[in-house]
Amino acid sequence: MVKAVRVVVVVVTRSFIRSAVLGCGLLLVLTGQAAVLPEDRADVLYHSYDGGGMDINGPSVLVRKGDGKTYSAYYNYYVDNVSSASIDVVSTGASPYVEERVENGIGVEYLNGKSIMSVGYTSSVENDYVADTVHFGVSTDMFGDLTTVSLGFSRGSDSVYKMVKVGGVKVRDTAFGEKNTDRRTYSVGLTQILTKNMIMAANFETITDEGFLNNPYRQVRYDSGGTNGYTFENYPATRTSNALGLKFRYFLPYRAALHFYARTFADDWGITANSYEVGYTHPMGDSWIFDLRYRLYGQTSADFYRDLFSSVAELNYQARDKELSTFSSSTIGIGISYEFAKSGWWFIEKGSANLVFDHFQFDYDNFRDYRIATPVLGEEPTYSFSANVLQLFVSIWY
Amino acid sequence: MKRFLLLCLVLTQLPACSIQPWVQPYERANLADPIMSFGRNPVSEAYHKHVFEAREGARGGEGSQGGGCGCN
Repeated sequence: MVKAVRVVVVVVTRSFIRSAVLGCGLLLVLTGQAAVLPEDRADVLYHSYDGGGMDINGPSVLVRKGDGKTYSAYYNYYVDNVSSASIDVVSTGASPYVEERVENGIGVEYLNGKSIMSVGYTSSVENDYVADTVHFGVSTDMFGDLTTVSLGFSRGSDSVYKMVKVGGVKVRDTAFGEKNTDRRTYSVGLTQILTKNMIMAANFETITDEGFLNNPYRQVRYDSGGTNGYTFENYPATRTSNALGLKFRYFLPYRAALHFYARTFADDWGITANSYEVGYTHPMGDSWIFDLRYRLYGQTSADFYRDLFSSVAELNYQARDKELSTFSSSTIGIGISYEFAKSGWWFIEKGSANLVFDHFQFDYDNFRDYRIATPVLGEEPTYSFSANVLQLFVSIWY
Repeated sequence: MKRFLLLCLVLTQLPACSIQPWVQPYERANLADPIMSFGRNPVSEAYHKHVFEAREGARGGEGSQGGGCGCN
């Protein structure tokens, strides 16, 4: 049965690649005038996240260069330095930990007439999680360049390990071994000029996962009336999700912009989610740009999520990941951008220095704070936390 | 998959349609302003997306491809 499924998967994949190549080829043949490649630029960013017992920071570098006519290539380097004493870690008695995630990505866009084909590869490496992803995309302008349609496909292969301490040193658990996950993403996008002051974009994305989707460390709590304790989570081996996002930007008469973004999401684990964002961009003088945005997010919990299970094996699948619980969050963010060297300097056409600050508030409906002991299990107050996120980055165009 | 192939085929034929643009190229100065870009700072937007995906059950629909990580 498994072999048959694999054969089908291989056939479907080959079929998809053939159709994608055919579709891309037809697009290139049928189109005429130019689309636009991304600008040559380099960005160096420092990011910092502080909240909920997590301190994550690190650099990100994004460099893009092309010939200005037919291709543009990029390289992205990104690091998360994680220091975690989150509620997941603390409430199960585990030790706070420090780890590093390093991500490298490369890709290229190829322009032909009104179409752009793209291909890219991303590698993410942690001591207990290694992920490789390839992605393909094609977009084309049509209807007098009022409309841009895009198609995308990506495939990821993840390897999951479990770290254990042996003699005070963290090593991969040989008993746990290596677990794998296969991830595929299918996306369709439409960008549409609505009026001379308004543009919209719609994106639909289906993501399928197959394999080991658990966190190997996280445990659920159970209380069977006298007997209570913890046991490891157990997730389904597949997950399929659909998301539809809509974005609008509107140009105001005095040179400023409003934006609105909405997304609806559902998956076969029972999670439904909606998010909304409004924002305002206000240039001041020749050099300053100010951004303000407010985002709301809410989701329902997965079918197999419980804060407290009634027995050690109440359900076939069991989770107590707060990202799978019912919760809502809000984010308020500001951005300040200062443009410099606007007349050019050395090889630089222009540059900008930027600060972005976001404040997050998460409020959980059915995830309880086990750090606060109560006489009866499951009556602890619900958990909430806030986080501050800072980005400092410099961009240059050349 | 058949539906996806059909969608590909339909999309490939759309550029051949002759529809008159209701916003002429010379009327797009405001739309070409950098403040109207959906992705004015790609490095920052990629980070934002990563921060949200690591803490929310929802994923996708933003219109950009991403890689996998064990963020959850």
